[in-house]
Amino acid sequence: MCSCNHEKSDLSLLDDVFKKYGNDSGNLITVLQKAQEIYGYLPIDVIYHIAANTNSTPAKVIGVATFYTQFRLKPVGKHLVMLCKGTACHVNGADGIEKAICEEFNIEDGGTTEDGLFSLKNVACLGCCSLSPVMMIDDVTYGSLTPEKAVEILHGLKKEAAE
Amino acid sequence: MRIVVGQGSCGLAAGASKVYEVLLNSKNENDSFSVEITGCIGMCYLEPIVDIYEGDELVKRLVRVSAADAKRIAEAVRKGELSMLADIEISREDEEFLALQTRIALRNCGLIDPDSIEAYEAKDGYKALGKVLKTMSPEAVIEEIKTAGLAGRGGAGFPTWFKWNAARASAGDKKYLICNADEGDPGAFMDRAVIESDPHNLIEGMLIGAYAIGASEAVVYVRAEYPLAIKRLEKAIEAAMSKGYLGNDIMGSGFSCTMRIKAGAGAFVCGEETALIESLEGKRGMPRLKPPFPAQKGYNDLPSNINNVETFANVAWIINNGGEAFSAMGTENSKGTKVFALTGKINRGGLVEVPMGKTLRHVIYDIGGGIRGGKEFKAVQMGGPSGGCIPASLLDTVIDYKCLSATGAIMGSGGMVVMDEDTCMVNMARFFLDFTTKESCGKCIHCRIGTKRMHEVLTRITEGEGREGDVELLVELCEGIKDGALCGLGQTAPNPVLTAIKYFREEFDAHINEKRCPAGECSALRRYYIDKEKCVGCSLCARNCPVDAISGVVKQPYVIDDDKCVKCGKCYSVCRFGAVKKA
Ligand SMILES: Cc1cc2nc3c(=O)[nH]c(=O)nc-3n(C[C@H](O)[C@H](O)[C@H](O)COP(=O)(O)O)c2cc1C
Ligand code: FES
Repeated sequence: MCSCNHEKSDLSLLDDVFKKYGNDSGNLITVLQKAQEIYGYLPIDVIYHIAANTNSTPAKVIGVATFYTQFRLKPVGKHLVMLCKGTACHVNGADGIEKAICEEFNIEDGGTTEDGLFSLKNVACLGCCSLSPVMMIDDVTYGSLTPEKAVEILHGLKKEAAE
Repeated sequence: MRIVVGQGSCGLAAGASKVYEVLLNSKNENDSFSVEITGCIGMCYLEPIVDIYEGDELVKRLVRVSAADAKRIAEAVRKGELSMLADIEISREDEEFLALQTRIALRNCGLIDPDSIEAYEAKDGYKALGKVLKTMSPEAVIEEIKTAGLAGRGGAGFPTWFKWNAARASAGDKKYLICNADEGDPGAFMDRAVIESDPHNLIEGMLIGAYAIGASEAVVYVRAEYPLAIKRLEKAIEAAMSKGYLGNDIMGSGFSCTMRIKAGAGAFVCGEETALIESLEGKRGMPRLKPPFPAQKGYNDLPSNINNVETFANVAWIINNGGEAFSAMGTENSKGTKVFALTGKINRGGLVEVPMGKTLRHVIYDIGGGIRGGKEFKAVQMGGPSGGCIPASLLDTVIDYKCLSATGAIMGSGGMVVMDEDTCMVNMARFFLDFTTKESCGKCIHCRIGTKRMHEVLTRITEGEGREGDVELLVELCEGIKDGALCGLGQTAPNPVLTAIKYFREEFDAHINEKRCPAGECSALRRYYIDKEKCVGCSLCARNCPVDAISGVVKQPYVIDDDKCVKCGKCYSVCRFGAVKKA
C-alpha cells in the first residue's frame, strides 16, 4: 500500500480514544473500531497515527486491520448494505438477492455505487436466519426478502436521500 | 394487564419496534395496562409476537402482529374484550412448537425483560451464585458439573468439568474466564438469543465458572454482527455490578471478579479458542499450536478457561436443580438438553431446545412442522462449515454427540439448516468451501491452499466443467487437509464435502458426466421448459420474461426458446400452475 499520505484527517479526534485505550497493545482492535466509527473507514494517515500512539508499527496495525472483515481501508457509501450469505440465507435464495441488487444498482460485493449512496458487503450470518434471506442496512435488519423486495427497499432509501 | 412485545433481533427485523411504538402511543393516562418488552421466545417464524399477561399468567399470545393490529390490541385490553383478537391469536399447532420442548438454557428467553435484573431475580436469578459462594467449595462446584455430565456446547462437546479442573489445577494466582460468543456458524443464533433475552443467566453461569477455576477477571468475546446483544449485555453487567453480584467481595463472600465485553471484528476463525485469545490480545486471529492448552497458557500467557455461551447458560440451572436432574435427561454419552437453530426450508423456523436422545425427525417434523410448500425433505446440515449434510435415510438418527458424528456430520453449535429437493448438494459443498477459503487465516498451507484447490474443483463441477476423476481428487484433497491442517477450521473443512460425496454421489456424477444439475439450482446447467399438460396459456410467464424467450398464443401452451433463455428463473417463480419445469 502507498504510504505517501495524501490523506489529511483530523487526527486530534483520536486523542480521547488514546487516553482511554492507548497504553495497552491488547486494545488495538478496540482502537481501530473507535477510529472507524469516527472516520467511517481507516485512512492511511490515521493508521500511521495509531501505530505511533499505541506503541506499535504501521505494518502491525495494517496487518490487524486487513485481517478482520469489519475494517475498511476505503470510504464507504452513505448506506452500508450488509447482505447475508450465510447457510440459511443461501438455501433460501441469497444469490438471487445479490444478483438483483448488483444488476439494479451496478455494484458488486465490496464496491460502492457511483453516486456514493450504497456500499455492498456480503456477510456470513446476521443471526436472523429464521427470517432468511436477510440484509442489514445501517443497523436495521430486513428479513424475508425477495429480489424485488430488496431492490425496492434500496430504491426507498435512494428516494429518501434525494428529498 | 401487561402487554409484552418480543424484541429480539428477529422480532425487530419483523417489525416489533413499530408495534411497540404504536402500543406505547395508544396507551393513555387512564389505561391500567403496561407496555413492556421481552427477548426472543424462539418462535421466529411468528414474529412479531405480543403476549398479554395478567400478573405472571400468560392469557393470550398474539402472532405476526402488524402495526395496525397493535392499535386494536390496546383497545381490546382496555375494554377487557380479548376475544376481539382471535384472528391473530396463536394456533393450537403453533403452540406445539413450544410445548414439545424442554427449556433449560433458554428457560427465561422471551418470558422476562432482559433489561431488568429484578425480573431475572424473580426467576431464582443469582440464587445459584449465592449458594455456590456461601456453601460450596470450588471443588464441589466442579464435582456437581461432573455429575451433570455437561459437555461444551460450542462444538466439540468436551466435558466442561475437565476443563474447569485443569484451569483450577494450573499454577498461578491470576486466571481468566472467557466466554466464547463469537457464534461463527452461519445458521446458528442461539448464543445471540441467550445474550439478548437472558443476559444475567450468562453472567451468573460465568461467575460460577470463575469461582470454580479461581479467576478474577472474566471476558465475553462477542461477534461484531450482534450490536443488540452487546448493548443488552453491557446494561446487564452494569446492573449486576450495582447490585453487588459483580466486582469486589461478591455477596459478602470474599470472592471478587470483574467482567468486560470485547467486540470481535469479523473473522470466523476467532471462534477457535486459541485464535480468540490472539484476538483478545489485539493481534491477527491466528490459531496457536496446542499444547500448551489455554488452561495452562492462555490469554496473556496465563491460565484461561474458555466456554461457549450455551454451556454457561446451563450452569445456574444445574446448581439450583442438582447435577443429577440434568444427567437424568439424555443418552449414555450426551446429557441434558441442546438448543438448535432450525432454519432453511422449514415450516416453523426458530430455536428449539430438546433433551439429547430425541431424533432428528422429531425436531424437524414434530416441532418444525416439516418442509415448506409440501416439498420433499432432502437433507439437514448440522455443524456448519465443520459439519455435514445428513440425508433423509438417516432422519431417525438420535441427537447425541456420538451418533451424529457417526453420520459424518457433527453436533456442532446447533445450527440445523433444512434443505429440500431444490437444493443442489454439490453447490452446497461449494458454498461451504467458498466460506472456508475466505475465512482461512492463511497460517498453514494445507488449509490455505488445500481449501482453495477444493473450491476450484467444486466450482468447475457446478459450472458444467467437471472432469472425470474430480470426485476422487476431492477425496484425496480432503484426506490431506484433514491430516495436515493446524487448527479445527482446516481439519474439519472437508466434512461438508465428504458427507455430500458420501450421501449424494449421484448428484456429483450427474453434474460431471451428464452436465446436469438434478436439483436445477446450478444455473449453468439449468434448462427450463413448459409442461404442455399443465400450461393453461395464461401468458404470465411470457409477460415476465426479461428477454422475450417465451412465445405462444393465449389459452394454448407456451414454449421457451432455449437459445434466448438466460435461465433467470422468473417464469418458474411466477407460474401459478406448476407448468414451468426445471431440468
Ligand atoms: C474454526 C472454529 C470455529 C469455532 N467457532 C466457535 C464459536 O463460534 N463459538 C464457540 O463457542 N466455539 C467455537 N469453536 C470451538 C472453540 O474452539 C472452543 O472449543 C469452545 O469455545 C469451547 O467451549 P465449550 O467447551 O463450552 O464448547 C470453534 C472452533 C473452531 C475450530
Ligand atoms: S444465515 Fe443469514 S442470517 Fe443467518
